Amino acid sequence: MSVVKLNTLTSVVEEKTGVLVSHCYQCGKCSAGCPVATEMDYSPSLILRMLQTNNSLLSEKVLRSYSIWLCLSCETCFCRCPMDIEIPLVMDYLRQESVARKMVNPKARKIVAAHKAFLSSIQHTGRLYEVGMLAEFKIKTLDFSDISLAPFMFMKGKLHLLPKRVKDLKSIRKIFSKTKNLKP
Amino acid sequence: MKLAVYPGCSLNGSAREYYESVSIVLEKLNIEYSEVPDWNCCGATAAHNLNKELSLVLPSRIIAAAENDGNEELLVPCAACFNRLKTVQRNICQNKEVKAKVSSSLDQNISATIQIHNIVEFIRDNILQKKDVEFIKPLHKKVACYYGCLLVRPHSVVEFDRMEDPQIMEQIMVKIGAEPIDWAYKTECCGAGFTISNAEIVAKLSAKILEDAIDRGAEMLIVACPMCHANLDMRRPMIEKILKKEVKIPVLYLTQAIGLALGIDAGKLGLKRHFVPVLNI
Repeated sequence: MSVVKLNTLTSVVEEKTGVLVSHCYQCGKCSAGCPVATEMDYSPSLILRMLQTNNSLLSEKVLRSYSIWLCLSCETCFCRCPMDIEIPLVMDYLRQESVARKMVNPKARKIVAAHKAFLSSIQHTGRLYEVGMLAEFKIKTLDFSDISLAPFMFMKGKLHLLPKRVKDLKSIRKIFSKTKNLKP
Repeated sequence: MKLAVYPGCSLNGSAREYYESVSIVLEKLNIEYSEVPDWNCCGATAAHNLNKELSLVLPSRIIAAAENDGNEELLVPCAACFNRLKTVQRNICQNKEVKAKVSSSLDQNISATIQIHNIVEFIRDNILQKKDVEFIKPLHKKVACYYGCLLVRPHSVVEFDRMEDPQIMEQIMVKIGAEPIDWAYKTECCGAGFTISNAEIVAKLSAKILEDAIDRGAEMLIVACPMCHANLDMRRPMIEKILKKEVKIPVLYLTQAIGLALGIDAGKLGLKRHFVPVLNI
């Protein structure tokens, strides 16, 4: 991913996602309906406003925000936006840009670690190997808070000890190598 | 029309009871299907959060595998996988550049014209009008139909009946003898993919959902998404702490509820795999 100048971030967002951030007139419906707005450092509508300014300082604040990682991609904002602005797509782009610039908010460390552990599992087996992913996540974050769920899950047959692999793993490797330039 | 089912990773692991109930209900309804050959993970939230191109190619491989196997229809019981597959199909069909990129990454031309179904609409189309399906054990319960996010949003992709107040699960529940309640949280988010990375938020959001369902007299929740199920069922200890009370309401997959009404044994429907026991049925 090529790193763009921050004072042009808005136009790049619009070009890369096709979402017209400039159309937002700050009605606030997205923030009102967002299930995690109260936990965010900047609400969804404020993120859009900050982008609209084309100000490099504010753009950097957006990329360093916790908000972009807290977004659950629940799509409520997009569903209610009177201007049909696809905010979740913007959030996807901002997250990737934030990783590429090493600007990930420290509070989002666990969220990013979980995503990475998930993708690394797919890269190795073609499918999500839940035990492997959980182990990688726990080791990287040293978060063993809900390890007590594991015995229950084993007991109920919900966790497999061994991964179930895709047979044609070559094709999976190829997909990962061909999309490598975008891999954070 | 030849039908394939894409189970996805959850239905092979932590949500295996969902797949067990889907399989047995399809069998009971005499619907023939085969599993997508050598399927891979759709990439779910992680891929579209971190790597846009990967999030397009992983689901494409699944669609291509289903199409190469001669299928014309693809049933995707997991709401998250369904959403990703539909999103990618729409991207491929509407954007030539995406189609070319995906085809090059897969080393084959992909048409992506297969009909992709979610479980809720698929079940409606296959049981609501049918007269030969017999529900020998009507469910006789007050149920809260919980849709969550990915089945109903975004409308441009999934084209579900009503975004804010969908009704299809309710219609199915009436058909199997249950009484769906009217409630406020049917399309609110449960915390989705934060199950392991931010359990506090999951518990907070899931608590609100369960509390509203209970306050309005629901005896069980009906879901069609393995992530929603995991959050509402397995996060119960944290949820009880937030609500400062015991929360015993069970969470059933749509196909488990239908299976019960069809007279299928609770064990075969995987009802014993839940964290919150399903009693008195």
